[in-house]
Amino acid sequence: MALAKTKQDATQERLATLTLPDGAAWATAARADAVARLRQAGLPGRRDEYWKYTDPASLVQADVVPAAPYQTDEAPVFGQIDRLRIVFRDGVFDAEESDDLALEGIEIERLSDATQMDIHWAKNLYGVLEKRGQDPVARPLATLNTGFATDGVVIRVTGRPSKPVSLVYLHRKETSDAILHHIIHVEEGAALTLLENGPAAARFSKVLEVEVADRGAFHHIRAQGRDHERRAVTHIFARLGDESLFKSFTLTANGVMTRNEVVLELAGQNGVAHVAGAALGDGAFHHDDTVFITHDAVGGESRQVFKKVLRNGATGVFQGKILVKPGAQKTDGYQISQSLMLDDDSQFLAKPELEIYADDVACSHGSTSGEIDDDAMFYLRSRGVPQGAAQDLLTRAFLAEVIEEIDDPEIAEDIQSRLESWLQRRG
Amino acid sequence: MLEIKDLHVKLADEDKQILKGVNLSVGDGQVHAIMGPNGSGKSTMSYVLSGKSGYVVTGGSALMDGSDLLGMEPEDRAAAGLFLAFQYPVEIPGVGNMTFLRTAVNSQRKKRGEPELSAAEFLKEIREKAKSLKIDADMLKRPVNVGFSGGEKKRNEILQMAMLAPKMCVLDETDSGLDVDAMKLVAEGVNSLRDGKRSFLVITHYQRLLDHIKPDVVHIMANGRIVKSGGPDLALEVEQNGYADILKEVA
Ligand SMILES: Nc1ncnc2c1ncn2[C@@H]1O[C@H](COP(=O)(O)OP(=O)(O)O)[C@@H](O)[C@H]1O
Ligand SMILES: [Mg+2]
Repeated sequence: MALAKTKQDATQERLATLTLPDGAAWATAARADAVARLRQAGLPGRRDEYWKYTDPASLVQADVVPAAPYQTDEAPVFGQIDRLRIVFRDGVFDAEESDDLALEGIEIERLSDATQMDIHWAKNLYGVLEKRGQDPVARPLATLNTGFATDGVVIRVTGRPSKPVSLVYLHRKETSDAILHHIIHVEEGAALTLLENGPAAARFSKVLEVEVADRGAFHHIRAQGRDHERRAVTHIFARLGDESLFKSFTLTANGVMTRNEVVLELAGQNGVAHVAGAALGDGAFHHDDTVFITHDAVGGESRQVFKKVLRNGATGVFQGKILVKPGAQKTDGYQISQSLMLDDDSQFLAKPELEIYADDVACSHGSTSGEIDDDAMFYLRSRGVPQGAAQDLLTRAFLAEVIEEIDDPEIAEDIQSRLESWLQRRG
Repeated sequence: MLEIKDLHVKLADEDKQILKGVNLSVGDGQVHAIMGPNGSGKSTMSYVLSGKSGYVVTGGSALMDGSDLLGMEPEDRAAAGLFLAFQYPVEIPGVGNMTFLRTAVNSQRKKRGEPELSAAEFLKEIREKAKSLKIDADMLKRPVNVGFSGGEKKRNEILQMAMLAPKMCVLDETDSGLDVDAMKLVAEGVNSLRDGKRSFLVITHYQRLLDHIKPDVVHIMANGRIVKSGGPDLALEVEQNGYADILKEVA
C-alpha cells in the first residue's frame, strides 16, 4: 500500500536532517536496509492505531523542541551502587567521565568502533531484533534509530561480572537530539545487570537490542531522569533462549513526553520475562508504555506490571499485549496496568490485549484506574495521620507491587527513595 | 469531657435527616453506653464526631474538653484525643499494620509537640500491648486488616486505641461478631485503659459487653435522638424486653 502523501513528506523531511554514519560494509548495509524500510513504513502519525493515545509529532518532526536541562542538587540515581559507569553527554560517549571499560566476564565496546570493523559479532544483532520486532506492528522510530544511531555500546557478556554496567545519560544542551543504539548479547549461562539513568538530551531516541542465550539472565533497571521538558522514545527488543531470565524495571518521574516500547520474544522453552514500570506524572507529563510480548515456546512465563500515579493533568498510557503462538503450551502470562489519579484533571488510557493460539495456557490481565479510596483515607486520618501523609501511605501502597519487581534490595531502596522525593514535591 | 448539644445531621447527598437533636454529656472518667435499634443513627453520630465526610451538621454542637470538635479536621480531632473504634474496620492493602500505627502514633505526638517514638520504643510498646490482646506478630506485619477475621479486626481496633492512648474513646459495636473469649479480651483491653480520666462511649446491642465494661449511664437512641437515659438497669431491661416497650413509653 502506498504511503499517504503527508506521511511521505514528514518522513522525507526528517530524513533530510540526518546523515548516515560511516562504517564497515555490514554496518552500512544494515543502515541502508533500515532507511529503505523506513521509507516504506513512513514515520508514525496521529492517525496510526498504535499512536491513538500518544501524539508522535514532537518525536517525528525534523526540528527538536528545545528543552532546558534541569538543574538539581539531588544525589544522582544509583550513586551509591558499585558499578561500571559509561557516560553519554547529549548522546555522545564521554570517555573522560566514563570508567575504564574493562571488567571480568564482559566485553564492552563503543558502537562507533564496532561498526568500523569488517568482522564483528555485532553484525548478527545490529538491527536484527529491531527488524524482527516490526511484525506484526510497525515501529518506524526504532527503524530510524537503526539507520542513524551515531553512538552506543556493544556488550558481550561471557560470564558473571562482579558489578552492574551503568549507562549514564547527561543532558547539557537545550537542543540536543540524541540517537543511541545499544546491543547486548548475554551468552549461555551468563548474567548482566544493566542500569540506565538520566534524561540524555532534549530529544532522545534509544534502541536496546538484547539477546539472552539459554540459561542467561538480564536484569535492567532504569530511571529516566528529572528533566521536565525532555522528550524520549525508547525501544527494547529482546529475544530469550531456554530457561533464560529477563527483568526490566523503569521509573519515570518527569518528562513532557515519553514513549517506552518493549518488544520481547520468548523463543526458548521455560523463559521468564518480567517487564515493569512506575510512572509518576505531574502536570505536563505524557507517559506511554507500549509492550508486546510474544510467547513462541513451551512453558514461558511473562509478567507485565505497570503503575502510574498522576496528578495536575498528567496523562498515562498503557498498551500491552500478550501473544501466545500455536504450540506455546503451558504459557503463564500476567499483565496488570493501573493508575492512581490524585485529582480529576489527569487521565489514563489503557489498551490491554491478549491473543492466544494455544489451548493449555494461563493468561490473565487487568487494568484499573482509580482515585484514593475515601474509606481508607478517613480511617487513616481518624487515627491522626494527616491528609498528605495518608495520601502518601496509600500511594506507596499502590506502587508496592511494582517496586517488588526489582530484585536487588539496594537498587530497590534507591528507586524507593526517588518515589519518596517525588511525593515530597507535592504540587 | 464530651458535650453534645442538640446535634442535627443530614446526609450530604440526600435530603435525609439522620440525627434530630442529640444531647449527650459524658463526664471525665465515665463510661456511657448507647443502645438502640438498627438505623437509629448511632454509627452516624460516631462518624460525625470523628469527622467523616458525607454528612452535614445542620445544627447543634459537639465539644471535647471545651474545644469545638466539628470545626476540626479528622486528624486534629484524633490528636486532640478522640478515638473511634469502627463498626466496620477498613482494609488497606499494601499498608503494613505496623507502619500504619507508627505513623499514626508519631503524627499525633508531633502535632501535640511531643517527641516521636523511636522504632525500638514503638516496637517494645506494641509487642506488649499486642500480647495482652492475643494479637500475634504476623498480624502486625500484615497489611491493615487485610485477611483478618472479624474478631481480629476488632482486637486490632482495641490495639490501636491502646497505642494511641486517647482521652475519649468511642466504640461502635466492637462486640458484634465476637465470641465470648474475644469479647472478654476486648473488655479487658478497655478496662485496662480506665484510669479515672479517660472516658468511653460504648455503642452496643448487647447487655453482655456491659457485664464486663460497667457503664455509669445507659442511653437509648431511636430515630436520631436519645430517647431515654438511665443506669445500668436500663440495659438489662432492653436485654429482656427489647426496645418496643421503651419506644412506646417515650412516644
Ligand atoms: N452514608 C449514608 N448513606 C445513606 N444512608 C445512610 C448513610 N449513613 C447513614 N445512613 C442512614 O442513616 C440511618 C442511620 O444509620 P446508622 O447511623 O448506621 O445507624 P445505626 O448505627 O444506629 O444502626 C440509616 O437509615 C442509614 O441507612
Ligand atoms: Mg451502626
